[in-house]
Amino acid sequence: MSRHRIVRGMDYNDEYDGYDDVYGHSVDDDCVSPTDQQWLFDRTRGQHSMSAFINKNKNIQEEAEDNEDDDDEEDEVYQKSRRDSENFQMPELDDTAQAKLSSCVDEVRSVVGDAVSERRIVETSMRFDYDIQKILDEILNEETNKKDKGKRSEKFKLNTTPAAKTVTTSKPTPTKITLSTVKETRRGFDIASPKAPASPNLSGRNTPTEGGDEAGRNTNAIFKVSKDQAQRNIQQLYEQERSSQKSQIHMIVIGHVDAGKSTLMGHLLYDTGNVSQRLMHKHEQESKKLGKQSFMYAWVLDETGEERARGITMDVGQSRIETKTKIVTLLDAPGHKDFIPNMISGATQADVALLVVDATRGEFESGFELGGQTREHAILVRSLGVNQLGVVINKLDTVGWSKERFLEIVHKLKSFLKQAGFKESDVSFTPCSGLTGENLTKTAQEPGLKAWYDGPHLLDVIEHFKVPERAVDRPFRMSVTDIYKGTGSGFCISGRIETGALCVNDKVLVGASREQAQVKSLSIDDLTQTSAFAGDQISVTLGGVDMSNITVGCIICDPQMPIPVTTRFQCRIIVFNVKVPITMGYPVLLHHQSLIEPAVVCKLTASIHKSTGEVVKKKPRCLGQNSCALVELETSRAICIERYSDYKELGRVMLRVAGVTIAAGMVTKIR
Amino acid sequence: MKLLGKYVDKGMQGNVTLVPEEPEDMWHAYNLIAEGDSVRSTTIRKVQNETATGSSTSSRVRTTLTIAVESIDFDTQACVLRLKGRNIEENQYVKMGAYHTLDLELNRKFELRKPEWDTIALERIDMACDPTQSADVAAVVMQEGLAHVCLITASMTLVRSKIEVSIPRKRKGNVQQHEKGLAKFYEQVMQSILRHVNFDVVKCVLIASPGFVRDQFYDYMFQQAVKMDYKVLLENKSRFMLVHASSGFKHSLKEVLQDPAVIAKMSDTKALGEVKALETFYMMLQCEPTKAFYGKKHVLRAAEAQAIETLLISDNLFR
Repeated sequence: MSRHRIVRGMDYNDEYDGYDDVYGHSVDDDCVSPTDQQWLFDRTRGQHSMSAFINKNKNIQEEAEDNEDDDDEEDEVYQKSRRDSENFQMPELDDTAQAKLSSCVDEVRSVVGDAVSERRIVETSMRFDYDIQKILDEILNEETNKKDKGKRSEKFKLNTTPAAKTVTTSKPTPTKITLSTVKETRRGFDIASPKAPASPNLSGRNTPTEGGDEAGRNTNAIFKVSKDQAQRNIQQLYEQERSSQKSQIHMIVIGHVDAGKSTLMGHLLYDTGNVSQRLMHKHEQESKKLGKQSFMYAWVLDETGEERARGITMDVGQSRIETKTKIVTLLDAPGHKDFIPNMISGATQADVALLVVDATRGEFESGFELGGQTREHAILVRSLGVNQLGVVINKLDTVGWSKERFLEIVHKLKSFLKQAGFKESDVSFTPCSGLTGENLTKTAQEPGLKAWYDGPHLLDVIEHFKVPERAVDRPFRMSVTDIYKGTGSGFCISGRIETGALCVNDKVLVGASREQAQVKSLSIDDLTQTSAFAGDQISVTLGGVDMSNITVGCIICDPQMPIPVTTRFQCRIIVFNVKVPITMGYPVLLHHQSLIEPAVVCKLTASIHKSTGEVVKKKPRCLGQNSCALVELETSRAICIERYSDYKELGRVMLRVAGVTIAAGMVTKIR
Repeated sequence: MKLLGKYVDKGMQGNVTLVPEEPEDMWHAYNLIAEGDSVRSTTIRKVQNETATGSSTSSRVRTTLTIAVESIDFDTQACVLRLKGRNIEENQYVKMGAYHTLDLELNRKFELRKPEWDTIALERIDMACDPTQSADVAAVVMQEGLAHVCLITASMTLVRSKIEVSIPRKRKGNVQQHEKGLAKFYEQVMQSILRHVNFDVVKCVLIASPGFVRDQFYDYMFQQAVKMDYKVLLENKSRFMLVHASSGFKHSLKEVLQDPAVIAKMSDTKALGEVKALETFYMMLQCEPTKAFYGKKHVLRAAEAQAIETLLISDNLFR
């Protein structure tokens, strides 16, 4: 930058002070990458006045990168380093220096691998006069700094250590910004490195901002949000609003068709007083009229005419009960094979699961066999991130409360669930009867059961589920599960907030088209709220966006830190039992949150060893049963997706073909 | 397709005159014509005339041209075939070597000359001209909120319309919206069937869906047909067939075509045989992975070793 300053009246002695430090990378001035070039003031290019240049570049659309807590950090760094390497030309040196340099680069490469751009290595080596030890120190230090920063950024709102504070609150002093590579590549926090001068945080690119121009620096995000939204302290708000309330948990009820899931839940709701006597009586009368009296409890959750007429659940039913310490959202999943897509969209919202199995002779076996839903559901919820499971052995009254039957089923399920990846300590077994209501909310009364069972009743089991940690302080993400016309103007969407928080009047981005919308009102369970946090099941009235632009499954996100939108990404999949091996070009249905989208397996990158994670074979020809692999998927339409390492909830995918789940995966890379 | 004349000599050189009659024939024509062939057909060309004084007028003239095909362009959904190439037969309007793009039209004959006819091309002509094979089936693959109305012909599947409606989920005390959304969706699908399915040609309409969507839709459609007096639907009620499919996306059509009930009802379409062949391939890949290979390199290697028993090749690559 030194040459951008007015030379007239310059104190040359001052200039030469820094001459030696800068010497090593003066070469950089000659090889600025073309992308950077356009942001540089250069008199020789005919930009004669600095002010004209600044004016012209005032409205630069910055890339959506935010130095302070940038979750796309790694990607950006990768992008940048790639840009660097592509545009980088080797500095011109004499032969000996060239030889030294190349041996030096090789040496460094062998240690750090490909993660560091060539440009950086070359520059660092020149700076340290080809002293390998120093160069490595420098480069590796930087890497760890970056990682440190990554961790820090996650919790930076909580973090009030003086070091972090100085950075986040430091006033940008009008220091001279030297265009040196050191600062250019070292982005964000430089806390640990003592050499770093106390310069203001530079954005990744070398925009020559003036020291005092503070506003210019905060426009990193593409979309403007209100000051209130940008500066909110979510953690504080969360504690303020929620510390007095009961903790929330979402529980999905799964199991084979006709295992009695809806009846069990209906009865539970009735027993906990969430269904009025009058309504229950009505259901009883109506179901009696149809000759299906046993369905009276199921009707609490199966509300559509079709569901009642056929006597099966088709879509996920939602309800809510309060226990002593928890508010539990019940998600009643359909058990029928054809409605697994609905069940998946329900399960993505769940924290814990209740697996209902039918104890009747023959029924349990048919549900548990290959192709039965007991198996598929259990595997599905496990791969969707549910790790606490309560198993309910239902309809024990039909086998006379036989202890042997109970133990037989427990034994069979235990070994299977262990295989599926559930920890033994996270699985509990409860005998009960959904229809008679035995052992639901009160301890066993039936003498047949009382004789051998003295464990907890169902409500107790639910009570003892651990509440998972909510990522309240991450950027806001929510997946849409439903769109409907609300009362009044606008329309409503509902879904679960995966991470972050949302307040009324916030601006949000909708889906892959990244349309901006404003939150008009928020409600949780028909109660209007001003703010909602990760883990809440909310419905939002949106303004400023057309209803037809939102589809079920799209993600709503924070405008400052938008979710990546892509059509192609890499993921690590575990292949289940497949009849046909997965080959290149294999069409699948991709399930991501509530989204169902056709996709194509376009590249089989490597097959991986299941437990060690080592690459067994690069570019395998096909993937057979029970294998594990890295594959690339391509969708026809752009979708919003996150890497598993960034957002667990939004980085999980399911692949299904012809009504069978063939694989579960985690997103590792987004193109 | 109608075959008007065929002159192929012993050296397999010669020409064939054909008249495409249906959109599907364009597909056959597309597969017949390769780069380097010459095609003769009537076409419209803009001709510029310069008078003695130097002013120029342009007019559109219908003329017969013969071009050496250089590039072929086919829109599968609209069934339009465009051939671009140089003129090789001079006439009063068009000079030798001038570029022209021929649009093949329905019911206009064209003459195709190939430097060498192979058996596959000749077989295709026979097949295209066989009237018994033109069996049309319409299929509606649907799930709640998504439907594809397709026409299945002997050699291709045309998506006629895609319907995407977001249907509100059931929620506590708010079932009406769900049912209203569903009714709206069914109405759209029904209208699309009325618009796109020509019951004079279509022998059978398959309605495929997961769950009970197909039954619900079927009931809705005929209730509405009675109410609104849609005679076409009522008269052809027997042609509707309900089949299971795993989803409403296009590729679940594959499952529909594999359904034994459908196979029995449909005359042998080409897709059916191909699906079967592909299935055997996958089976082999699963059971004996050393016997099944795919991909250009692997197949070439296998061909070198003369180890290929059955070779599956995509139309695209073959061309």
